[in-house]
Amino acid sequence: MGVSTHTARQGIQQRHRADWRGWKFMWPFALVFVFVFIVPIVYAIYISFFQKRMIGGTVFAGLANYQRLFADPNFWGSVGRVALFTIVQVPIMLALSALMALALDSMKLHGTKFFRIVTFLPYAVPAVVSTLIWGFMYGARYGLVASINSTFGLNLDVMAPNVLLASIGNIVTWEFVGYNMLIFYSALSTIPHSLYEAAAIDGATEWQIVRRIKMPELRGSLAVTVIFSIIGSFQLFNEPSVMKSMVPGNAISTYYTPNLYAYNLSFVGNQANYAAALAIVMAVITMAIAYAVQLRSMREQMK
Amino acid sequence: MKFNTVKKTIAMVGAVAMLGSLAACGGSDAKSSSSSNSDEKVNLTVWAWDSTVPRTVEGFEKANPNIKVKIDNVGTNTKEYQALDNALQAGSGAPDVAQVEYYALPQYAIGEHLQDLTQYGADKFSDFFTTGTWNSVNVQGGVFGLPIDSGPMAFYYNKEVFDKAGVDATQIKTWDDFYEAAKKIKAVGSYITSDSGDAGFYDSMVWASGGHPFSIGSDGQSVKIDLTGDEGAKKWNEYWQKMIDEGLIDTKTVGWTDDWNRGLNDGSIAALLTGAWMPYNLLSGAPDATGKWRITQMPSWDASKPMNAESGGSSLAVIKTDDAAKAEAAYKFVEYVAHNKDGIKVRVDGGAFPADKETLADKDFLAMTALKDKDGKDVEYFGGQKYNEELAKAAENVLPGYNFLPYEVYARGKYGDFVTAFAGKGTIADGVAAWQKDLVDYGTQQGFKVN
Repeated sequence: MGVSTHTARQGIQQRHRADWRGWKFMWPFALVFVFVFIVPIVYAIYISFFQKRMIGGTVFAGLANYQRLFADPNFWGSVGRVALFTIVQVPIMLALSALMALALDSMKLHGTKFFRIVTFLPYAVPAVVSTLIWGFMYGARYGLVASINSTFGLNLDVMAPNVLLASIGNIVTWEFVGYNMLIFYSALSTIPHSLYEAAAIDGATEWQIVRRIKMPELRGSLAVTVIFSIIGSFQLFNEPSVMKSMVPGNAISTYYTPNLYAYNLSFVGNQANYAAALAIVMAVITMAIAYAVQLRSMREQMK
Repeated sequence: MKFNTVKKTIAMVGAVAMLGSLAACGGSDAKSSSSSNSDEKVNLTVWAWDSTVPRTVEGFEKANPNIKVKIDNVGTNTKEYQALDNALQAGSGAPDVAQVEYYALPQYAIGEHLQDLTQYGADKFSDFFTTGTWNSVNVQGGVFGLPIDSGPMAFYYNKEVFDKAGVDATQIKTWDDFYEAAKKIKAVGSYITSDSGDAGFYDSMVWASGGHPFSIGSDGQSVKIDLTGDEGAKKWNEYWQKMIDEGLIDTKTVGWTDDWNRGLNDGSIAALLTGAWMPYNLLSGAPDATGKWRITQMPSWDASKPMNAESGGSSLAVIKTDDAAKAEAAYKFVEYVAHNKDGIKVRVDGGAFPADKETLADKDFLAMTALKDKDGKDVEYFGGQKYNEELAKAAENVLPGYNFLPYEVYARGKYGDFVTAFAGKGTIADGVAAWQKDLVDYGTQQGFKVN
């Protein structure tokens, strides 16, 4: 009797000790995780149930902020704008990135290392700086656009309200095309060379190699780049925020993108509670879209 | 068992974290109201972006050895207000004294964040400051700041361009004259001025047109907004719309950008309607135009009656505190900067445009013909003109009785969302009507009784 219970008890004790040993290693991470991740989210959700007024102070408002948000045309307008931006800009950017990666991988170009670095370089430039540079170039009076206009006798204005979103898309594409190219390129470089040799022996043309070998390999990394790009576009902030004070006629409103709207609500309008509600709804929307895209691409990969 | 431990740990850490943030929120009450002992050292924190305010610290500390002043530049105007809002909301980290522009002062006064300076005798200064600035620091029967500079508007023009167009700017008395001049300036390839939708400029021009679109009731809670019915606003909307429609003003160059400075520098923007604080900005932004610019009075709606407004200008305000000794020391500093002769002189020498009548009438001040550049050298930017004479005259013509909204900072931030006439969408009048609707909605949400 004594022997068996003794070993059993020892077993329990050992399991116990093992649990706590794990936590000893975990606590630095857990602490940071809770403080920088859980607490801010919980706090944002908490304050989104209140309203702060200049007259009357802070009052509990229940779901009033959310009700107002769902009926706010400015909010849905901004969501629509970034959705349009995503639908147009992301495919163009990723197609360009894929083309560049394929060109680099074809091994028919000279100076690929130089080309690789140059296309990646814009990613290393802070978004604020690149927006400023592009803003100067877009200038219709002294910028590059002005020079083009005077040389060719044109009257281009890329900061006009109706083309502004495309101009911002151009900046974002410039910034991220190299980054996505690198992801594609690394996927391509994992293809074993024996495959190409086999294809060459079978008499495959270059186009057939691209279609049958390289493109299928790109599909996996495509899912990653699409999700990153969608999340990035929905969080569009730096570029319109910097351009706001450069674009004539106040063409960038305080609710141009959801992020810009949240920022202006809390800092210009003193409505941090409403901004918190907006942030939470936006997070849910973005997660839902990213999840849907991921689900789709996973299903496709299963085929 | 294992799960329970995990849950407990998370709950514990979470609870501690929540307590921490709660404690941070309640921090404001922790400040003890120390007894006012004259020997006790007081440390003041002052938020100001005006570069002439730090010049006063040396003289002040010499006169008040027990008070130490630390000046922080936390950002220019709206950036500072954001920081201030955050600090006031958190209940800790706010300064003792803050630079607040006139248009933002009612917002903080009505929000009960500022000390009423009447208790220290500041209400006796009514004859000391100019009408416009004194008017601006008086909110709801209290004095909530002391004026440190002012911005009566003036008509700055590039004489070279005006001469080329055959226009004598000193003879432009009315807005009709200004309109005719604009056509002649356009004919020589320049624009008379630029505006691509500046909210502060709009406010000032409504003021200069004799408008009173905003008013606050005596209870501080009822607000009246009448931009659509106000005569001054209507006059200005119609006039400026005509200037846009006929292409007489540059709507493509945004104020304070690099392009704007270049336009001022090369004469493609030939004039500015702006505050008396502009000379030093011209010197740094348009250095090549040295000697070409002159200053004259603003156009008016009535040739026989000059009408002017303030554009910008700041006060120093004391942030509300329970610490009586600290508040008193803070007031002492504000009084030194704004009211003391030495305090004013050291700032005017540094380029500030004064808000007190005495300095505005001072012989040396009025006789100035040169600005000081970065190296301290005299530059006759205005071609030897006694520019302060014109600016002092402009200060006398400021129309009294204009009120800002108690949420003017918000209002100006939203102006561009609605008034898109500068980009060719709709008219100013339509935009302003939509802006008014938003201001009414916002005011109601914030607990005011609007209209």
